Amino acid sequence: MSAPRERLAEQGEWRRLPFIGDARLRWLLALGVLLYLVLALASISVNWARVAEGMSRGLNFLAAFAQPDFVSRRSDIVNGLLESLTMTLTSTVIGVALAIPVGLGAARNISPLPIYLVCRGIITVSRTFQEIIIAILFVVMFGFGPLAGMITLAFATIGFMAKLLAEDIEDLDWRQVEAVRATGASWWQTINHAVQPQVMPRLIGLSMYRLDINFRESAVIGIVGAGGIGATLNTSISRYEYDTSAAILLIIIAIVLLCEYCSSHVRRWTQ
Amino acid sequence: MLTLRAVTKRYATGDLALNDIHLSLPRGQVMALIGPSGAGKSTLIRCVNRLVEPSSGSIELEGTDLTGLSVGRLREVRRVMAMIFQEYALVDRLTVMENVLSGRLGYVGFWRSFLRRYPQADVVEAFRLLERVGLAHALDKRADALSGGQRQRVGIARALLQDPRLLLVDEPTASLDPKTSRQIMRLIRELCAERDLAAIINIHDVALARQFADRIVGLRAGEIVFDGTPAELDAEILTTIYGEEDWGSVEGDEEGTADDSTPANTTPAPLLAVGGER
Amino acid sequence: MPVSTNEQGQPIWRLRTSRAQWLGYIGWLAGASLFLLCWKLISDNTMWVFVQDAGRQGGDLISRMLPPQWSYAHRLWKPMWDTINIATLGTLLGIAMAFPVAFLAARNTTPHPLVRSIALVIIVASRSINSLIWAMLLVTILGPGVLAGIIAIALRSIGFIGKLLYEAIEEIHPTPVEAISATGASRMQVMNYAVLPQVMPAFAGISVYRWDINIRESTVLGLVGAGGIGLQLNSAINSLAWNQVSVIFLMIFVTVLVSEWVSVRVRRAII
Repeated sequence: MSAPRERLAEQGEWRRLPFIGDARLRWLLALGVLLYLVLALASISVNWARVAEGMSRGLNFLAAFAQPDFVSRRSDIVNGLLESLTMTLTSTVIGVALAIPVGLGAARNISPLPIYLVCRGIITVSRTFQEIIIAILFVVMFGFGPLAGMITLAFATIGFMAKLLAEDIEDLDWRQVEAVRATGASWWQTINHAVQPQVMPRLIGLSMYRLDINFRESAVIGIVGAGGIGATLNTSISRYEYDTSAAILLIIIAIVLLCEYCSSHVRRWTQ
Repeated sequence: MLTLRAVTKRYATGDLALNDIHLSLPRGQVMALIGPSGAGKSTLIRCVNRLVEPSSGSIELEGTDLTGLSVGRLREVRRVMAMIFQEYALVDRLTVMENVLSGRLGYVGFWRSFLRRYPQADVVEAFRLLERVGLAHALDKRADALSGGQRQRVGIARALLQDPRLLLVDEPTASLDPKTSRQIMRLIRELCAERDLAAIINIHDVALARQFADRIVGLRAGEIVFDGTPAELDAEILTTIYGEEDWGSVEGDEEGTADDSTPANTTPAPLLAVGGER
Repeated sequence: MPVSTNEQGQPIWRLRTSRAQWLGYIGWLAGASLFLLCWKLISDNTMWVFVQDAGRQGGDLISRMLPPQWSYAHRLWKPMWDTINIATLGTLLGIAMAFPVAFLAARNTTPHPLVRSIALVIIVASRSINSLIWAMLLVTILGPGVLAGIIAIALRSIGFIGKLLYEAIEEIHPTPVEAISATGASRMQVMNYAVLPQVMPAFAGISVYRWDINIRESTVLGLVGAGGIGLQLNSAINSLAWNQVSVIFLMIFVTVLVSEWVSVRVRRAII
């Protein structure tokens, strides 16, 4: 296959090697992608009159960022933020604490098959559904308020952390585990002395990352009544009080930045 | 053709890498630059093509002052000075041919290079060079599928496709085994002779420098401490360059390798062509 | 000193020095009190009567969800198609915008530090704000529909893809860049020959990963009117048709699982 290309190259004819070798497959794929794009774009229906009308609102919104209004809904914002922050913290702590056993159980190399399957099941369910959907269910069960939000976020945290933890455990350095086992250590001792030191730095790093994600999520689950700043934001947007929305969004961005700054420090410190 | 006058480089950290370097290189001369790690060898050759900006002094190539050239003019000057790197510096995920053709980037426009539509003459020349370094069969292989010696050959082919008049060679053999090192050095040497190229070769290995260079320049702490022929380089001078050490063994080593390479010298081409795979 | 001597003159070994130990205890104490304080705030805002009722409510919910009303499924194909389109087109749009932003944000490819900080602000703003919030805003501006969803997904994807991509760009090997610049290549040619091939696998992996996340996110955008299966979910919940909700959940579950499988396969093929 390369010999004719060599002969061509000798005469100065050279083209880049195509990404997909089979020409027919290449064209078929290109055609498929094109067909999909046409179909998908055709399914978007836009009401241009409505868009034109909304544009002025869009401009208002952008203008609101120049002078955000922190004052007129101050108590709402403060209460919402406080709720969001408490939900974030408690849900991360509870979620991580619960994720550790699930993660251990979902690591194929250290847990027996039945436990593995159960833990993987929990992870899959928790990861598949968007936080909002879970929040709807928990609001129905636990009533409106931050408790439902906290449980939602904790549940989502379990799936996220346990999956990454399990993957980490699955590719840890097996020689260290064997060395500890060789001393006659029990299962718990092995976990404590061989597994924990290897996964701890990443576990802390991921927890910080999840804290950040939970805060961002806590800003939206309020939309379905699970407490937090989301409810305030939702109200302000639907009332077209863009200056208040802009203020809330700016606060969210600031807190996320702060979280990121802290977590980069914590990560450097633990490694 | 190349003249360095009072070239000084001080890094932002305050380290003085080069101090008042005066050097002049005639056409077709192969010059080895030796010295301990951190003596400023790499900085010196990177100052020539301005991968590193010299702090002061002037560098003149065939009458043009390189310091203070505009970006556009710098491109034109860079294409006549090809560089060969220590870690080969190939783009791993591109094929051998693409890597070699990247030597023409200074000549072709962006869209042409983006679409990989190089002029026919360039492709013919690229293929001829690949044949010359014994890698024509590997044309469509990805660069990361090659062995160290083969990669360095691709690096050399890329450099030559630039149609340079000066080669800047940065530790060409540092990552290679002794045998491949000699083959690569011999290849560079032969190509310089074929095309009448001047070369500055940074090299750690004193024995290799003696064997393959016309002229040796010793650098220590950013200053030139020796400039002469390989024959003039004796134990005393090596001590000034590198510090106290038993240099007898290096000289002995050189004799041994010289013996090794005599038979090889008589039949260089086939050895080069397949050396990489052996 | 972790090793000290007791009264009998025998050495005692401890893992940490006593000062570090005390600091550790204080840290844990502070963390625990903060957690309890947060918990108290949440519990104050919770109607515990509802919570006591949660088990029964949950059971009730499940009994009303079962059996699922399968006949409802045929009305969900179109919304599901919309959902997938929102995710795919949104990701494509996001990629198109994130690509240049990442190159402007990476320390080694940015033309100017000022441009870099602007690019970083774009990335942070986009990352901090959940796609649902973007959707809420866009629905008030563009009107309800698929278009608002696509743009919301795209806006959220810029930050995600941009951040991971610019980190990948900062981690490339510098020597090929030096080598290509030394041939006299222009700035754009250096990007094309030395930077792009090195980040391409990371870029493709990140994009597919984000597409997978976007499928999940786009299932709920309908809750605020931005098209997709979320619209059906919203109306089913509002009309308390829980047996329809369970069909929707199943559908989402399967779609998300399939998209995750595709994403994992594609990422593996790339690496």
